[in-house]
Amino acid sequence: MGTWHEYLKTEGAPPEWPYPIKFGEETELEADVVVLGGGIAGCWAAISAAREGAKVVLMEKGDVRRSGAGGPGCDHWCNVPANPHSRVDPDEWAIEEMESLGDFSNGIGIEIQCREDYDTLLEMEQMGGKIRDTDDEYVGVEGRYDDTKFMFSPRYSVDGKLAPGEGWGGPGYNPPEKRNNTVIRIWGTTFKPILKKECRRRGVQILDRVMATSILNENGEQGARVVGATGINVRTGEFVIVKAPTVIISTAGAGHIWHMDTEHGGISTMYSRNQCGDGTVMAWRAGARVTMMERNMPNRFSGGLKHKWYTGGADASYENVPLVDAAGKVLPAPTQGWADGGVMFSPNAKVIADLRSGIRDGRYKLPFFGDFGAMKPEEAHATWDLMLCEESTTKVMVDTMEANGFDKNRDAVLNYTFIEMQPSLQYRDPAGGGGIMTDWDLMTNVEGLYAAGMSTFSPGDHSYAAATGRYAGRKAAALAKKLGQGKVCRGQIDAEKERVLAPTKRSGGIDWKELNFGLNRAMQYFAGEFKNEELLKLGLEEIGRIEQYAVPQLYALDPHKLMRSLEDLSIIEYAKIILNAMRERKCSSPKLGFERLDYPQADPAEEKSYLALHQVNGEIVFERIPIRYWGNMKEQYEAHNPDYAGVFKG
Amino acid sequence: MAEKVYAIPNVQTPSMPVRIDPDKCVGCNTCVETCQIDVFIPNPHRGKPPIILHPEECWYCGCCANDCPTPGALQFNWPLPLKPRWRNGETGEVLQVR
Repeated sequence: MGTWHEYLKTEGAPPEWPYPIKFGEETELEADVVVLGGGIAGCWAAISAAREGAKVVLMEKGDVRRSGAGGPGCDHWCNVPANPHSRVDPDEWAIEEMESLGDFSNGIGIEIQCREDYDTLLEMEQMGGKIRDTDDEYVGVEGRYDDTKFMFSPRYSVDGKLAPGEGWGGPGYNPPEKRNNTVIRIWGTTFKPILKKECRRRGVQILDRVMATSILNENGEQGARVVGATGINVRTGEFVIVKAPTVIISTAGAGHIWHMDTEHGGISTMYSRNQCGDGTVMAWRAGARVTMMERNMPNRFSGGLKHKWYTGGADASYENVPLVDAAGKVLPAPTQGWADGGVMFSPNAKVIADLRSGIRDGRYKLPFFGDFGAMKPEEAHATWDLMLCEESTTKVMVDTMEANGFDKNRDAVLNYTFIEMQPSLQYRDPAGGGGIMTDWDLMTNVEGLYAAGMSTFSPGDHSYAAATGRYAGRKAAALAKKLGQGKVCRGQIDAEKERVLAPTKRSGGIDWKELNFGLNRAMQYFAGEFKNEELLKLGLEEIGRIEQYAVPQLYALDPHKLMRSLEDLSIIEYAKIILNAMRERKCSSPKLGFERLDYPQADPAEEKSYLALHQVNGEIVFERIPIRYWGNMKEQYEAHNPDYAGVFKG
Repeated sequence: MAEKVYAIPNVQTPSMPVRIDPDKCVGCNTCVETCQIDVFIPNPHRGKPPIILHPEECWYCGCCANDCPTPGALQFNWPLPLKPRWRNGETGEVLQVR
């Protein structure tokens, strides 16, 4: 019951589109701050700006209640070195984190996270979010502190790096006294509905089901100060204009550039259909600088279905669940567990090679399992009932498995780690890589345009999104007070409206899925594992052909399909930025996942800098910006935040 | 009298990210509003279960099932290739979500 064809059979006709169609109609609003994207970063940005007295409009293509990668939940509040149990200094830890990503990461965002995400977490608690074991359900679990009732993930060492070198995983590698206490286990399923409620309480005007489509520049000139943004209602097709002197981009990543697989479920939090990079593209069109767009890593989920990731090791991070072979033999560390400091992904190449040869010579018997039954009951309880139930999307795994008889104190979950997580190398992943460049206020080179969360060039996680959103919100609110409304150009609005509605003028041709698949194939063939000048040039030519021949045929029969079609147009632009950046970086770089056959040398000194791109009058300008361009992170943070008041009161 | 057979395109796969019990569902449309990608549309008949219109766009976040206010009305349904498996620690039997 509930399918479209069942309805057809019962009613004798398909359902009419359930919402009023308003193609061509428009609504105009005014605000001090308009936030594009209502996920974790966007909600925090809106709340933070509203606290400063700003009039805020929040556009979200889903419904703010559960939208975004963090909408369903979260079980880890990462990088909280400012908490009272931390064994590391926040500023030193920020440097450690930045360096662990190999110099190509966002030092500004990481410093903000390390400085402010503990305050952000306490504010979450003030709003009603559960961040500690107040019900004493997990007394005795490793990492729990009885005084504060915080529960730390004991996996993380003061040594910091996610993938440390030799010795990692050996006996005694991660003893309790070496654990850094910078990752707090949380009850994240409670957070998103609370954030929506708080937005409302603070007077934020929420536009649910409105997808942002463009940023308006003063007088319509690329690179001029921002004066607002446009959007389209994905249920009615109504065009929305919001005039505002500041705009915050807090949209999703770009997991769909190489990979689209709706019908076989190869989509997940990181690769859901929403991950189309449209925020980065809007900023690009407005003249903002983007960087690290050439970064591309193998897509770990390309071969399979994301829930196998979870079923492989139970918790999203494989924490503390012994991975064993079919005979019960524990697999070689570092794979999991507190003691060895293992990580969520495949261990190092040496271990993988040993496992693969062991499978062949009989030392390791397939299939492998995550052995919950072998765990201490209280640890199994914490991993299964707290972490899985609070992590994005894994509660349904707990519920359905228990309904079918799974017993966490007895059974072992079948593990696919070493099968599914061996990537198909032509499927690449730009997420956690490229994005919008900002200054210490999280403002771009375009005055009034800010970025937070996934859209900045940094690995995204829940607390990073929250802390940077909260920060961008207060900075944007302050600037909005000074600037006042700018001059909106009707010509720019009309051109955008025409672009956005074009697919609705046609009733046949190429649909959004075919276009998406075509783009993915171009990227897989010409910007896959190997790159060289010829391949990249062919890639750009193919994207150009798609633009020339396929886009004029793109059609959308209703506002939902229009949303997907517009996402495709973002993917086209995003792909072009990637290919141009790849051509411009004339070296290989393992940390950027970037191998050029014609320039095999890895990170030569003269190439070790950020490659930044932006547009001036539609032409691409390439720039080289030094690594660590942000300066001394501690000093710069303090210089830019002399009045930071800590946890919000009121 | 044979039942009428319509000519319709292939059904998208997977087609059933959830199973809805029409006897329990009160048509409150919480799932319609919760879903971040608009998998559902409301039923034109008020009080009736929603229609699963875009099942192949679902990424199984589970929010519709988790937030459904009516017990038993909407159950999460793994597509066949995603159903988790496990081994019973006592019998050694490998089992799977049905």
